[in-house]
Amino acid sequence: MLAGGAAILVLVCALLALAFRPRGAVRDTSVRRWIVGGGLIFPTAILAVLLAYGLVVGERLLPREDPRTIRVVAEASRWQWTFAQPGNAGMIRTPGVLHIPAGRPVDVELRTLDVIHAFWVPRLAGKLDAIPGHRNVLRIEAGQPGMYYGLCAEYCGIGHAGHGFRVIAHDAAGWASFQAGGE
Amino acid sequence: MTQALRLHRAFERIWGTPRGWRGTLSTVNHSTLGVRLMVTAFAFFLIGGVLAMLIRAQLATPGSAFAGPDIYNQLFTMHGSIMMFLFAIPMFEGFAIYMLPKMLGARDLAFPRMTAYGWWCYLFGGSLLLIAMVLGVAPDAGWFMYTPLSSKPYSPGINSDFWLLGITFVEISAIVTAVDIVVSILKLRAPGMSLDRMPLFAWYMLVTAMMMLIGFPPLILGSILLELERAFGWPFFDAERGGDSLLWQHLFWLFGHPEVYIIFLPAAGVVSTILPVMARTRILGYGWIVGAILALGFLSFGLWVHHMFTVGIPHMALAFFSAASTLVAIPTGVQIFAWLGTLWAGRPQMKLPMLYLVGFFVTFVMGGLTGVMVAVVPFDWQAHDTAFVTAHLHYVLFGGFVFPMLAATYYWLGHVTGRQYSYTLGKAAFWLIFIGFHLTFFLMHIVGLLGQPRRIDTYPADIGWTGYNLLSSVGGFVTAIGFGLFVIDLLLQFFHAPRTRRNPWGAGTLEWAMMLPPPSYNIASLPQVDDREPLEAAPDLALSLARGEGYLAEPRNNWRETLAVETASGRIDHIVVLPGNTLLPLWTALVTGAFFVLMLLGLYAWAPVPLIGVAALGWRWAWVQGGKQPFGKLPIGFGDEACVHAEVQGSPGWWGNVFFLSANGTFFGSLLFGYAFLWTIAPNWPPPELLTPSVPILAIGVAGAAVAALFGRRVRALKGPVAGLAALFVALIATVWLLAPSPTSHAYGAVLAVLLGYGALHVALAILIGMFVVRRRGAGYVAATLGAEPRIARLWIDYALATGATALIGAHMPALLA
Ligand code: HEM
Ligand SMILES: [Cu+2]
Repeated sequence: MLAGGAAILVLVCALLALAFRPRGAVRDTSVRRWIVGGGLIFPTAILAVLLAYGLVVGERLLPREDPRTIRVVAEASRWQWTFAQPGNAGMIRTPGVLHIPAGRPVDVELRTLDVIHAFWVPRLAGKLDAIPGHRNVLRIEAGQPGMYYGLCAEYCGIGHAGHGFRVIAHDAAGWASFQAGGE
Repeated sequence: MTQALRLHRAFERIWGTPRGWRGTLSTVNHSTLGVRLMVTAFAFFLIGGVLAMLIRAQLATPGSAFAGPDIYNQLFTMHGSIMMFLFAIPMFEGFAIYMLPKMLGARDLAFPRMTAYGWWCYLFGGSLLLIAMVLGVAPDAGWFMYTPLSSKPYSPGINSDFWLLGITFVEISAIVTAVDIVVSILKLRAPGMSLDRMPLFAWYMLVTAMMMLIGFPPLILGSILLELERAFGWPFFDAERGGDSLLWQHLFWLFGHPEVYIIFLPAAGVVSTILPVMARTRILGYGWIVGAILALGFLSFGLWVHHMFTVGIPHMALAFFSAASTLVAIPTGVQIFAWLGTLWAGRPQMKLPMLYLVGFFVTFVMGGLTGVMVAVVPFDWQAHDTAFVTAHLHYVLFGGFVFPMLAATYYWLGHVTGRQYSYTLGKAAFWLIFIGFHLTFFLMHIVGLLGQPRRIDTYPADIGWTGYNLLSSVGGFVTAIGFGLFVIDLLLQFFHAPRTRRNPWGAGTLEWAMMLPPPSYNIASLPQVDDREPLEAAPDLALSLARGEGYLAEPRNNWRETLAVETASGRIDHIVVLPGNTLLPLWTALVTGAFFVLMLLGLYAWAPVPLIGVAALGWRWAWVQGGKQPFGKLPIGFGDEACVHAEVQGSPGWWGNVFFLSANGTFFGSLLFGYAFLWTIAPNWPPPELLTPSVPILAIGVAGAAVAALFGRRVRALKGPVAGLAALFVALIATVWLLAPSPTSHAYGAVLAVLLGYGALHVALAILIGMFVVRRRGAGYVAATLGAEPRIARLWIDYALATGATALIGAHMPALLA
């Protein structure tokens, strides 16, 4: 996408620069070529491709049914994230850190206690807002065990810059011990 | 004494502004007011620029202690709000106010007093925001003021009230100016200037102003609702009590997305005007460009949801809006290629305005490309609310608006000052601004992709963003130095440069067919236009017009005369006699301001007083117009004759009311949308308690509306319809008062109160207008017997009965069905 954009930019700049070259041969100034060709057909073709690409990728990002999916509630407030999920012995609440198993899809249900916040872990998925009175569900999945940083991506007041959290993706053993109530 | 000098003195006596403070306060001249608007807007640009520098100073280093988060939040909120509401929109409005009558071959705009009122409202509303900033209580919830962050519980201070009231005050100015511009373009043109001979800039402004009439009412509605929630606890946006913060987002972006095109289109109009002159040719594909402007205006309203891709919208809807968002790239592409083709067709010269246009091209195309990226949904999930978006938005706004306006400054400055450009600072300023801008914002794309969010006052040092941010800030200061040079350059030209020739660039449009700087009446006589570029065929047009060889060349009765034409054909329709200088606009703006100040201070009980004052001033405003003596057909030159506007049905006043009511209808439509949206989408519905339906009250109201609708239509009788409206009024008030649940307990009651209140207010206004015309008839005013006033009253009566009945029925129906 970036390369395509750069190519279009170069094309427009080149056309612009060439307009200033000293007059020589007869110039092509037909409305058909410039406006219909350049202004109508050219962008339409590119946009159609982009749109199709966007829809296909967007479709793939859409949560699908998967029996191994686990569900977590993320509760945002000013300026704290609290995560809750079922463990072996009742709900486990973890402030500031989201524990997930690596390699399994996770549905994060977003809630807010006050203003709008947005859940965003750049390396795991896009972002989604937590809106008062509404429930949004975001599907994330970590390929590898490890630590990922997440942050609030919707301006929420004075503490917005520090409104972050961590995601810890466990391997199988780590996940089992987390669910057993260890850490 | 030559003929030209004699005419000049005679017209100057009629149109001129007296010296001294009284003249300054009472002038309604469009050139003066246009320049005032532009100067005020530029002052706000400098203030917004200083705020930008403070932002960049804060972000230059990690962990900066320059400003705390509370101050920083005020900084970027004020920067964004000032740039969008107090700089960009008033700047192009001022430019259009100054330029349109000149390009169209008219002597002033259609509603000179409204022009003045608009400027005063803008000045006062903008000052409110500056006062907030000086007092350290500036708005701090971001320029789009998302609820519930901006609601009372999370913004308890007065900060958000300053935003809601100040911006609404300024929006009043935007609405009246838009009506002024639309009617002027449609009606006040030189004879023979049919729509397809209109300069492209007028087309751009026509569409822009119409978009303002559709786009601004949702924002005004949103602001009023939020202020009602903050002031009286009516829970429109509070999810606990049946409100929904998403309603604010819809109303805001219904305005906010078209807003970007509203800002871009006038600038594109500037490009389409200057570029062919620089290339010494005509624009390529006039018809295609007009089509592209119309398409852009239309499509931009399908896009608002594109700012809400991350709120959780159904996938199909997302696909639709994603497609619509990318679709706007096509009319934009048509324009870009029309400009490129024009350059290829002509022999372009790299004069100073052209240099700035090149800056526009490069920057704007990059902004457009990143815009298409943001419109692709999966990408937006990643880029939304990062520095990438900040960068994109500045490429579009700065590239698409600031560069063309700089080009316009250098192109038309001689027109305003009457002096010729003779320095080289402008070039140095260009390179500083261009390089500084790209340094600042190109890097912000990169840190955005690295994950830096927008609207953060600080960031950790170990995350790899420091170098980019530091360089970006350096770029910001280079830009600022560039603007410093630009200001010095302007001052030099104002005070030092030699006088200019007429038409220094060899342009073909009518604004160059006059003395420079232009006299108060623009042209001593109106030309007959039979070409898109009248000056090309008749290079000496300026002289012949000054000698009076056109229409309306003889001053008469001390009237400020200009011609109105039939909209499409440009055939002469009637003579418009414009009002002269008056203090009424200033007084009305002051009383309007008193309302906003009382609201701000929380003196709600007193707030209705200035509203009554505005109604009284409005009465006077209309009363002082026109006279009691009919004139019939009057000679206008070349053996033609025409009536004055007071004696015709399609006067500018009629058209102005049509467009004002269209904007008003959008407001009402947005309100109905809000009602339906809350009912279907918001949490905690249906409400615990519905309205108590009353068939008799409903019947009285509907019967009243029917009487108002059916009586007196043919003979333009007004008393019957007014009586019908009175019954409707009673029914509306009785419904709010006796039947509706309390507006504070649930959003349902709150919406009903606003809906019924809106109906009652408009019914009352229509009654007032009906009574006004009855009085005028009795007093023997021509406009109320032969002219358009009864027709205008009828228009208001129809509007009021339609909206009033809709409100009444809409409030009763769900309860009756339940
Ligand atoms: C002199 C050049 C300018 C510089 C250096 C500049 C800088 C900035 C920066 C750094 C931000 C981001 C603040 C943040 O997210 O924390 C910002 C936000 C913004 N700027 Fe500018 N800006 C400039 C000119 C303009 C112009 C000309 C406009 C509009 C016509 C504009 C409109 C905005 C808007 C709407 C925002 C968003 C504010 C918000 O997030 O609430 N800026 N600007
Ligand atoms: Cu947050």
